Amino acid sequence: MTTETLEKPDINAILERHPDAGRDALIPLLQEVQEAFGFLSRESVVAIGRHLGLPASKIYGVATFYNQFRFQPLGRYHVQVCRGTACHVKGSFNVLTALKQALKVEAGQTTRDGLFSLEVVACLGACGLAPVITVNGEFFAGVTPAKVDKIIRDFRKEAEAS
Amino acid sequence: MVQMEINKRPFEAQEGETILDVVRRAGITVPTLCHIEGLTPTGACRVCVVEVEGMPGLVPSCSYPVAQGMKIYTHSPRAIRARKTIIELLLADHPDDCLYCVRNNRCDLQGLAADLGVRTQHYGGEKSAYREDVSSPAIIRDPNKCILCGKCVRVCEEIQGVSAIDFIGRGSRAHIGTAFDEGLNVSSCVNCGQCILVCPTGALSERSYVKEVLEALNNPDLTVVVSHAPSVSVTLGEEFGLPAGTDVDGIMCAALRQIGCDYVFDTAFTADLTIMEEGSELVHRIKNGGALPMLTSCSPGWIKFVEEFYPDLLDNLSTCKSPQQMMGAVIKSFFAERMGLDPKRIFSVSIMPCTAKKFEAARPEMMHEGETPDVDAVLTTRELARLFRMRGMDLKTMEPETADTPFGERTTAGKIFGASGGVMEAAIRSAYMLITGEELGDLNVKAVRGLEGRKEARLNINGLDVGVAVVSGLGNAAKLLDEIRAGRNDLHFVEVMTCPGGCIAGGGQPLDTDLTSVQARLRALYQLDETETKRTSHSNEWVQRLYREYLGAPLGEKSHHLLHTHYAKREVLL
Ligand code: SF4
Ligand code: SF4
Ligand code: SF4
Ligand code: FES
Repeated sequence: MTTETLEKPDINAILERHPDAGRDALIPLLQEVQEAFGFLSRESVVAIGRHLGLPASKIYGVATFYNQFRFQPLGRYHVQVCRGTACHVKGSFNVLTALKQALKVEAGQTTRDGLFSLEVVACLGACGLAPVITVNGEFFAGVTPAKVDKIIRDFRKEAEAS
Repeated sequence: MVQMEINKRPFEAQEGETILDVVRRAGITVPTLCHIEGLTPTGACRVCVVEVEGMPGLVPSCSYPVAQGMKIYTHSPRAIRARKTIIELLLADHPDDCLYCVRNNRCDLQGLAADLGVRTQHYGGEKSAYREDVSSPAIIRDPNKCILCGKCVRVCEEIQGVSAIDFIGRGSRAHIGTAFDEGLNVSSCVNCGQCILVCPTGALSERSYVKEVLEALNNPDLTVVVSHAPSVSVTLGEEFGLPAGTDVDGIMCAALRQIGCDYVFDTAFTADLTIMEEGSELVHRIKNGGALPMLTSCSPGWIKFVEEFYPDLLDNLSTCKSPQQMMGAVIKSFFAERMGLDPKRIFSVSIMPCTAKKFEAARPEMMHEGETPDVDAVLTTRELARLFRMRGMDLKTMEPETADTPFGERTTAGKIFGASGGVMEAAIRSAYMLITGEELGDLNVKAVRGLEGRKEARLNINGLDVGVAVVSGLGNAAKLLDEIRAGRNDLHFVEVMTCPGGCIAGGGQPLDTDLTSVQARLRALYQLDETETKRTSHSNEWVQRLYREYLGAPLGEKSHHLLHTHYAKREVLL
């Protein structure tokens, strides 16, 4: 690993790598920036807009059209909820509602204390375990609203302990 | 020529016309919700569908071109059923708020529901719940009433080049919003209100100050001073059923007194005053190598646009305040002193064609001695009509009255400020006098008149070659500014109006503002200019007296303090 990747990512450096990018480059560029920063900040959106000649409202509009983009930094614990068909049939909607209530955020947001971020994903490819959620990549199978509360409590405790 | 049939009657059309154009010409109304005259159709709403013989599905008339031999049925049972279903579906996610809605009785959605005979709720389900955006001093957005027709987005982008708003999210969560769903007040929105004029529902409206004005009128401790902008007298009548272009100046004045205003002034007076200051500033810049071209500064949406998008050209903006703010400034200073009134006990109201004027009045630069605003409340033409209706004013039967001295006198140079090109024409008339000491032979400067987005002219004043340009609609302004940025240097003076066509098409004007009504309003203004005798700002006797008795000379110290200001770069999410 070079030292470069340990440094704070630089939006201008990313944009400089695409000097001739046109409007059709918007989505790959958003993906690249999110990859580097973990989310799309206002500064990034404005900078991308300048680079491509697009207004910030348009970029935000396009980015919110896709579930993959987030506008707040990831929490220490990143929770992904599967809303694929199998999970849906097994009650993932209630799981999502329970998570929103427990964390007091909407999907795509991060809790104020920066501890949890919530994301809805199309399918985690673990249909046999439905409904499933992951926290920082760790899978939880057969989740119910009651289990959601316990999972979140446990992670809060872990955070307090450290 | 194309031969076709509409509802079994033969009809002729031009190649390339849309079905909608032709059907309208035939005197038949096909409803539309997302169509904007002059812009490319998007086909978003589909209420304009008609049946065409031989076509498997219904076709959207706003975007479908006519063809030889086409047989169109505008109100076939199928077309009507489709339209009704669309409206019913829209209503399924729409609040039942008509009675309390600013657009009650003036709403396209409500009107269509009535015309199509929607009498029961067919589709249930949960309705979206969005927060109203009340952050802006000028524009209120209520996404709950939005039907996602997209007209506001297109006007903001294609006409104004601002793009403050766009479609955000997808599916059942799709809504219109700003970047990061912030309040309009921190967005790039310039408060022009053009989006309100095209919105078919109550999702967009002006922030109303009717309540504040009523309270002031009821407060015996306050002297209420009102001043109306040049264009309002030729548009207000439409709100009361008079034909577009009827000048109701005297009647409006009488009605304003009736509802309790203590003094009625005419903002065209300070338009004349603006010309004295701005004309002198232009001559000063030309003689002393100041930043050129000088850009007019009377349109507050445009000012904010420069602050956001062209901060490098801020030095080119005239330092003159707008006529509204000059009026506020002389009311709270000269007038207050003359009448022995405490400026804090004067409530000054402007009646404006414009929503951005509300923003302007609230700017920190526009305070009297840093204490009280020069203009306390701004009402649009629409709000004034509401206020008059509330107070039972019947404009059709009232007798006209004249405005009060000292700020009720105006020339037609100040009056034509209401149309794109008017400021330029008035300025040329007076600049000629300033430079040569003589009156311009022919006062009509036809080259700068009319509704085109850009007009240019070259003038020769005593051997001085002067290049002028007039643009309206910020999209048109941006194109010219880009030329100037790129080095274009043959222009001395540029007039910019935020709204396409000028104040007669302002964002605060009656809702049925369209090309026909704007043309009629334009004619009305130039009709006055043609028939009246005082046609130059420098011939306004009260303007002359104001200089003699109070201000001194144009660009003098007192003027500088009261009538001029500076603007700075503004950081918003662009
Ligand atoms: S926007 Fe129209 S339909 Fe909706 S509540 Fe207002 S008047 Fe009624
Ligand atoms: S008021 Fe003007 S600038 Fe603001 S959103 Fe509407 S159209 Fe755009
Ligand atoms: S706010 Fe009005 S103009 Fe804009 S999309 Fe909604 S209904 Fe259409
Ligand atoms: S008016 Fe034709 S699709 Fe909306």
